[in-house]
Amino acid sequence: MNGRGFLPVYIGLACLVLMAPIVIVCVLAFSGQGYLRFPPESLSLRWFAAFFGDGRWRQSLWSSTMIALIACAISTVLGFFAAYALVRSDMRAKKMMLSFMLLPIIIPHVITAIAMYFLAARFGLVGNVVWIGLCHAVVALPVVVLILLSAMQAVDLNLERAALSLGASRARVLLRVVIPIALPGILSAALFAFLASFDELIIALFLSGARAQTLPVRIWNSLHLEIEPVIAAVSAFLIAVTGVVLLVDGAVRRLRAPSMAGGAA
Amino acid sequence: MSQRMGDPALMILPAFALLGALFVVPLVWFFIGVLSEESPGDMIERGVAVLSSRAAVTALITTNWIALLVTGVTLLAGYPIAYYLAMSTGWRFAVVLFCIIVPYFTSVIVRTYSWMVLLGRNGLINQALRAAGLTDAPLPLLYNKFGILIGMSYVLMPYMILTLYAAMRGIDPSLIRAAHGLGASRAYAFWKVYFPLSLHGVVSGSLIVFILAIGFFITPALMGGPSDVMIAMLIERAVEITLDWPSAAFMSLLLLAATLLLYAIYYKVTDVRRMMGAAT
Repeated sequence: MNGRGFLPVYIGLACLVLMAPIVIVCVLAFSGQGYLRFPPESLSLRWFAAFFGDGRWRQSLWSSTMIALIACAISTVLGFFAAYALVRSDMRAKKMMLSFMLLPIIIPHVITAIAMYFLAARFGLVGNVVWIGLCHAVVALPVVVLILLSAMQAVDLNLERAALSLGASRARVLLRVVIPIALPGILSAALFAFLASFDELIIALFLSGARAQTLPVRIWNSLHLEIEPVIAAVSAFLIAVTGVVLLVDGAVRRLRAPSMAGGAA
Repeated sequence: MSQRMGDPALMILPAFALLGALFVVPLVWFFIGVLSEESPGDMIERGVAVLSSRAAVTALITTNWIALLVTGVTLLAGYPIAYYLAMSTGWRFAVVLFCIIVPYFTSVIVRTYSWMVLLGRNGLINQALRAAGLTDAPLPLLYNKFGILIGMSYVLMPYMILTLYAAMRGIDPSLIRAAHGLGASRAYAFWKVYFPLSLHGVVSGSLIVFILAIGFFITPALMGGPSDVMIAMLIERAVEITLDWPSAAFMSLLLLAATLLLYAIYYKVTDVRRMMGAAT
């Protein structure tokens, strides 16, 4: 902290270290060689062709997408109601309830995954896409609740009071007042819930069996064999999905009224 | 709220139902199912044997040691970044936040893979070092504790920075100006005024990183060597390789208890709504 010179230099280096691994993997994905060298001697799309041309990778992309859509839909709907209850109700022990809902991201995923696997094995649910989607909804729920808590706090209580006093039912108030105003926050929450499931490895690893291997699971299995360049292409694809989510979130956030600025960073 | 409509408290129930059915029930079912196979006396004896075995004790020491190191590295490296973030506006703020957010929302397996590409025997760092003539033989950067430390610190860094930043954002900058105005040097004003005010961020950030680090699995499993086994890896092996469910259950119970205890402390010292940098 001494002087003005040191800190900016450190920050520049830190930003470089934070971004370098991600940028380098994206560049390597376009490499023309069969081995990893930076910078690549030639550029090509062959590793993307290998990714999208391989039936097993395509199958994984399909599984990942279906599972993430299920997890996103369930966690966004349930998370919306939970966040609304936490913001608007007079109940006690709200902090306690919120801390309970955050447990799925606190408790080591290995333990959660083994417990879910233990149950799934009994009921023949290993490899079931719907079951994995439901289990992913558990770990996506805390993300949704955290984002929607801050989005919902910006909804003016007086608007709801006014609608209620004019005779609207609670359901109508939610549908016509709360959801339209909180829509950007709900969209953000849905996007990050999708991403939380799409990128999740450990629970999917235990629950996927041979039938429903997601992209992270297949990367994991391939990494134990060798660091082949096709993984760089799949990684670049996952990074691109993250990029799209962040871009859409940024656009959605700009739509919010000034009074509602600031959701999850 | 309006008397007519009643309280919307019940709307929390669907979320609780999901967590109950797919989170609490599986956990309870797993522990009871596995640990009630023998009589309680035999099970306690077996638990003591599992947890005092060489593999478990070594893994516990490794786990705590790595979690402490990762907490230290992320705190020391992350504090100045969070400080800069809290002091900046405009494009500087946006660029630094971007460099934190993009890795934060990138899959852990992708981030781990990136560092494996960088740190491997024929990885990019060793290629660069040899090309520059700095080393003859490749440096052992991967498949050891160093690799785990780098990988885990990278993955957990955003949690530390965003938690610190959330605390620092609440510090009134005019306090520092006042200290300067009263003749304090920059260093004195920082250590006597700013740092103490940021301490609860330091505690929250360290707790959250330590909690997440002791349960870490992906990064140490891929970047560690054969002797660097953390407790979560031992649990996974017990289930996947040796099919020793009771051992997995006992080690899980210990890890779960440690996690919940630390989370209870976290709950006391911090605002859980701000967890993971939410609402920043």
